Amino acid sequence: MAKKIEIIIGGSGGQGVVLAGQILGRALAYEGKNVLQTQSYGAEARGSLARSEVIISDDKIGFPAVRKCDILVAMNHEALNAYLNQLKDDGILIIDETNVRETPKTKVKVYKIPITETCRKMFGEATYANMMMLGALTKITKLVSSKTMEKAIREVVPTKTLNANLKAFEKGQELI
Amino acid sequence: MNQKRVILEGSHFMNGDIACAEGAIAAGCRFFAGYPITPATEIAEHLAQRMLEVGGIYVQMEDEIASMAAVIGASYAGLKAMTATSGPGFSLMQENIGLAVMTEAPCVIVDVMRGGPSTGQPTLPGQQDVMQAKWGSHGDYEIIALAPSSVQEMFNLTIEAFNLSETYRVPAIVLADEVVGHMWEKVAIPPAQKIKIVNRKKANAPSEAYAPFMPDDDLVPPMACFGEGYSFHATGLTHDEHGYPQTSSSEVQQKLVKRLCDKIRKNADKIVRVEEVLLSDADIVVVAYGIVARAALSAVRKARAEGIKAGLLRPITLWPFPENHVAKIAQQTKAIVVPEMNCGQLVREVERAAKETPVTFLSKLGEEPHTPMEIFEAIRRNS
Repeated sequence: MAKKIEIIIGGSGGQGVVLAGQILGRALAYEGKNVLQTQSYGAEARGSLARSEVIISDDKIGFPAVRKCDILVAMNHEALNAYLNQLKDDGILIIDETNVRETPKTKVKVYKIPITETCRKMFGEATYANMMMLGALTKITKLVSSKTMEKAIREVVPTKTLNANLKAFEKGQELI
Repeated sequence: MNQKRVILEGSHFMNGDIACAEGAIAAGCRFFAGYPITPATEIAEHLAQRMLEVGGIYVQMEDEIASMAAVIGASYAGLKAMTATSGPGFSLMQENIGLAVMTEAPCVIVDVMRGGPSTGQPTLPGQQDVMQAKWGSHGDYEIIALAPSSVQEMFNLTIEAFNLSETYRVPAIVLADEVVGHMWEKVAIPPAQKIKIVNRKKANAPSEAYAPFMPDDDLVPPMACFGEGYSFHATGLTHDEHGYPQTSSSEVQQKLVKRLCDKIRKNADKIVRVEEVLLSDADIVVVAYGIVARAALSAVRKARAEGIKAGLLRPITLWPFPENHVAKIAQQTKAIVVPEMNCGQLVREVERAAKETPVTFLSKLGEEPHTPMEIFEAIRRNS
């Protein structure tokens, strides 16, 4: 059986989970992996549940949606509730502690990180929480090198916020 | 002018809509007229910038009726021209698609299918425009429609659509779906010299002897474009080889309409493209296209792993329909399964070609495409 890793990044619209998934996908593609990224969000641009999915495979990727994931990133409580049942028993759960009221009882490996809080302290706003999360995800999973991730971030985010985004990405790695 | 690269040779991470737009640029398309609509908006958005970079023209029109009209005009002015839309816009374009058929204007229409009827479900995938692509405009005609199932194919088949459209002087439709349009995957763009480009046959008769609708042996007339020194008439009315209306002659009507159909029908073997997976010993064959074909492939692999001899026939051209391929497979196999994101469209063509072989239809509406498990269960039930 070909090796396949499936990731769900969930949060609310405006938290940048779609962009985060695209950057992760782009970096994986740069490293030559077969990768597919999809997204879904509610009709409202902000506030409703948003999710980004990334599938990585040694083989050609068939079905484009994630059924059971190996890695779940929950950027808020609602996403955690909505997607936890899709996480495999031997999966990895990454939680933004700031936005999650309680950590569920689960057998999976859990990383609780105060992402939004750290971001607010550093930048005075939560805008770069998605990059900080990507930093933590990169360090925890080692799916892709930090250098390639930085390259992908450089290509995608606007020039005027590039430094802040890169700093947030770096800080995310330090939090682990 | 800002001179940017025309062909973005290299490896990229793109969504299907952007890959389609880049395929158009690579094919030589230099005119886009459209009205943005989910889930095809990113095609327009991307081309709004890229057309200017490569010296082309981008026009956001007032609606889809005008978009299609502008595309025909640009084609007759000598440019490769395209529009992109989804269901509601595709409906509005139908009248002028008929005009493009009748005036034999090469052009490409991209329809990124969402859930219908009417405005339906803008952000969800569908395969509900398959019959509309074939029969949407009035009168008898044949058309070409290609169904991509990956982001790479959004690039490749958009080029192919231009090539076929230029070869046969017929509108070619890229019939994609929301998932293929919006998902992101790796895309390899080859160097320019490795991309096959076909351009329409140009008129070479002297102006006074030129008959704009006089076909060659392949039933396709060479094309003079406006501004090339030829004066001629092109009309939606039934016309003779000189382009002049003959609205009460049965002979002219028969000759013209039959030729418009025959130039596709008689060349169908050259136009039809399919992907065949594990068919040689298959007892049960899944016929699936677009994004559904990917779940079907996963299902076929799973069935094989469990000892069921399953195979996949993926029509890449939906129109002309690959009926010879289906007919041949139907003679060798015991059963056929057709999953579609509609209430049963291409399955009717499959049934027609399969004759006695039993065909099971698997419908899915209003959410994600069929899962591999759903198709696998259908394979198991019918094997």
